Amino acid sequence: MHELSIAQSVVEIASRHAGGRRVTRIYLKVGHLRQVVPSALAFSFELVSQGTPVEAAELDLEEVPAAGMCRVCGAESRLESFPLRCAACGGLDIELTSGEELYVESLELEEHPQETGS
Amino acid sequence: MHRTAVKKVVLEGVLDANDALAQANRQKFDEAGTYVVNMMSSPGAGKTSLLEHTLERMRRKLRLGVLEGDVQTTLDADRLARFHVPLVQVNTDPGFGGECHLDANMVRSGLPELPLSEIDALIIENVGNLVCPAEFKVGEDARVMVYAITEGEDKPLKYPLMFRSADLVLVNKMDLLEHLDFDLEQFLGYLDAVNPGVGRIFTSARTGRGLDEWCSWLENRAARARAVQ
Repeated sequence: MHELSIAQSVVEIASRHAGGRRVTRIYLKVGHLRQVVPSALAFSFELVSQGTPVEAAELDLEEVPAAGMCRVCGAESRLESFPLRCAACGGLDIELTSGEELYVESLELEEHPQETGS
Repeated sequence: MHRTAVKKVVLEGVLDANDALAQANRQKFDEAGTYVVNMMSSPGAGKTSLLEHTLERMRRKLRLGVLEGDVQTTLDADRLARFHVPLVQVNTDPGFGGECHLDANMVRSGLPELPLSEIDALIIENVGNLVCPAEFKVGEDARVMVYAITEGEDKPLKYPLMFRSADLVLVNKMDLLEHLDFDLEQFLGYLDAVNPGVGRIFTSARTGRGLDEWCSWLENRAARARAVQ
């Protein structure tokens, strides 16, 4: 369950960037080649966000497809499964261009309107 | 009360904090001239038995040290204590009922107990788990995976992250090959599918097969690290 550590880190990052405001949504990018189980991450997130500015925020997890460039023929391929193989020439010497992401892309923060005085 | 939402771009890696600590660990190892192996496997693949044999064979040739990671107990550390090499045990239990892996911070917490400048090669025995340890760098030079043939042929495809990140795979418990329906060729095919051409040594802690080769691998790597330093 490394999702617990990942969730904890997401909460820390979001809290730090929130600057005291309440976080309503967290956009997280997860590469296809990562072994992150979304349901386990959602469960862990609920657990570790309690009592933080991130509590009750929606976790918006977007999977990034894996893609790579063939070092032999230069073609770009979408990589669905192993072996990671060039769709054009069948070569295995692939330089990954995406699919290993794991980062907090952005946050949605609640902002109180400016007090206009009473 | 009326509230408006604002969006803030963050673009921060979830593992950045861990990676920075791993980098700091790595710097300490490099300064001390210590070569560091992160040894990973499922529970029961034979990491500790291989380590016992490694210490037995190598302790007069190479100054070895061990950092033991376990969720609970000091059983592994107790097994290795008789070799009288610098040894520290890190229990991951204080986390959420026991983390399933070592991270850079846990490894860092064990370092004050180890005389790094007197250690040529430090072996970090990670928590037995085929998924989680692969995500967390700890400052290692190389990742060595121990894979027991009793685990079946298909695991590289099911757990590609760890197999992909390995620099060397010790294909262990080879003495059992004749008793199992294990298709070695198929396993190696799957291994090459996720990590083409990765180094592999066929080992058995019971018969001693491959242990010379593994020990020379370790000795050569450690010597090279010293030379660079």
